[in-house]
Amino acid sequence: MRFLVLLYEDERAWAALDADGRAEVFRQHDAFSAAVAAHGCTIAGGEGLASVDAATTIRRRGDDVTVTDGPFAETAEQLGGFYLVDAPDLDVVSELVRLLPEYTIEIRPTIEL
Amino acid sequence: MAGPARTTGAAATEPADAADAVDRAWRAHWSPVLGLLIGQFGRPDLAEDALADAFVAAARRWPADGVPSSPGAWLLTAARRRVLDRLRAEAVHRRKEPLMVVDERTRALAVEATDPGAHVSDDRLRLVFACCHPALAPEARVALTLRFVAGLATAEIARLLLVQEPTMAARLTRAKKRLAASGIPFATPPPERLDERLDVVATVLYLVFTAAYHPTDEPDPLRTALGDEAIRLVRVLDGLLPGRPVVRALLALLLLQHSRRDARLDDAGALVLLPDQDRSRWHADEIAEGLAVLRSVPPGVGQAEEYRLQALVAAEHATAPTADATRWGVVADLYGRLEELTGSPVVRLARAVAVAETEGPEAGLALLDGLDAALPSHHRVPSVRAELLARAGRPAEAAASFRAALGLVHNPVERRHLEGRLAATEA
Repeated sequence: MRFLVLLYEDERAWAALDADGRAEVFRQHDAFSAAVAAHGCTIAGGEGLASVDAATTIRRRGDDVTVTDGPFAETAEQLGGFYLVDAPDLDVVSELVRLLPEYTIEIRPTIEL
Repeated sequence: MAGPARTTGAAATEPADAADAVDRAWRAHWSPVLGLLIGQFGRPDLAEDALADAFVAAARRWPADGVPSSPGAWLLTAARRRVLDRLRAEAVHRRKEPLMVVDERTRALAVEATDPGAHVSDDRLRLVFACCHPALAPEARVALTLRFVAGLATAEIARLLLVQEPTMAARLTRAKKRLAASGIPFATPPPERLDERLDVVATVLYLVFTAAYHPTDEPDPLRTALGDEAIRLVRVLDGLLPGRPVVRALLALLLLQHSRRDARLDDAGALVLLPDQDRSRWHADEIAEGLAVLRSVPPGVGQAEEYRLQALVAAEHATAPTADATRWGVVADLYGRLEELTGSPVVRLARAVAVAETEGPEAGLALLDGLDAALPSHHRVPSVRAELLARAGRPAEAAASFRAALGLVHNPVERRHLEGRLAATEA
């Protein structure tokens, strides 16, 4: 199964980190990637996202299109990045994401078509 | 394709006998066969549908073909075939792959799916642990276990969990969809993770036991076999994870309650309340064992303490030489501690009864205030109020409360009891 792993964080926390703090975050992401491979799973995709300042939201209602800046929802935590992981089940993914830094993490299986 | 294996030389059976056989097969084989199917395919949604289909097929075929010598094996074969049909149809629909490829993958899936729970030797207990996955809402875990392990119908589960039937139907559907769609493995957790699910597993086993004591009009009006099964599962659990207070306290509680089973109905199948029960019909060996287990559980916190307090109440009843000699003050005090711990309206109801025994009916009635709102579909609130009003010498109000209880009661044994009490009040 493929699982989209969505990482939500408070952007200000990241902005406030010093160089060592950021290096630690990268180390944890590397540990995650290594563990995924070690468990025979694969990372089929994943990116870190630019800050919500760079986000554009487009809403379509019939022929009506509005374009606004900013993210879809205003909350303290924002989508900061994602992984697409190929793994046998939810338990494996939930174990693996414990290696990531402290995010709020949403795991969603993709629909198999 | 031919049907499931037939009994060699079986003659056609009387329709009534075949219908009996289907009924018996339902009680004996529903949950073990379901457990095997889920263990093999890891798909509870398909397994349940397929097994239901197999029972429909049995109801149609057994009267004509004869009842097979091994109904469980017949049902398993029929259901397994239907699961494979469905998996094949799904795969063809999704991937348009040739059937053979799918069959191979299905076989591989089946081989993979059988091993991981081997550290839990009992099939049904494995299924209980599987139903208690933390990614499911707690009430969904309980509902799924009652459905998959105890084989209860939606209406029965709804009554046990004190919710409306449509609510329960929706909850079960949602839980099954979530299991199928979210990638939640329907499997026994590894040994080091079993403890995480222990509280929920204990809750569920207690509810399975409770289900045995909701009298029905079936041949076995108190499904004591279900009570035996719940106790057996708790014993297996106690062996698997020894010395856990929540498991020990639950075992003590169930043994003490179960010891009274033979005295709970009279020869005509009518309900006999605790004070009127023939104490010589209680199982003294089980009471002794329950008390011994209870002594091994130290005072604690949380769910273990809840069960310990309930077991202490059961022990008071079990050791009182006569109903009149019951130490109601001790019982009322235990219920008071239990209510403090849980805030449960059901506990308040029980406490009201105990308080009425020590301080009189008016004191009990005062504790019932507000319970109708907390337990709107529970017939015991108006029925307890009715008993207390009758004792307080207010027969007109008592009769009105018995009528309110009759409007809510579902099972026939309790209905007859309430009708009898109403008639006595009006006489």
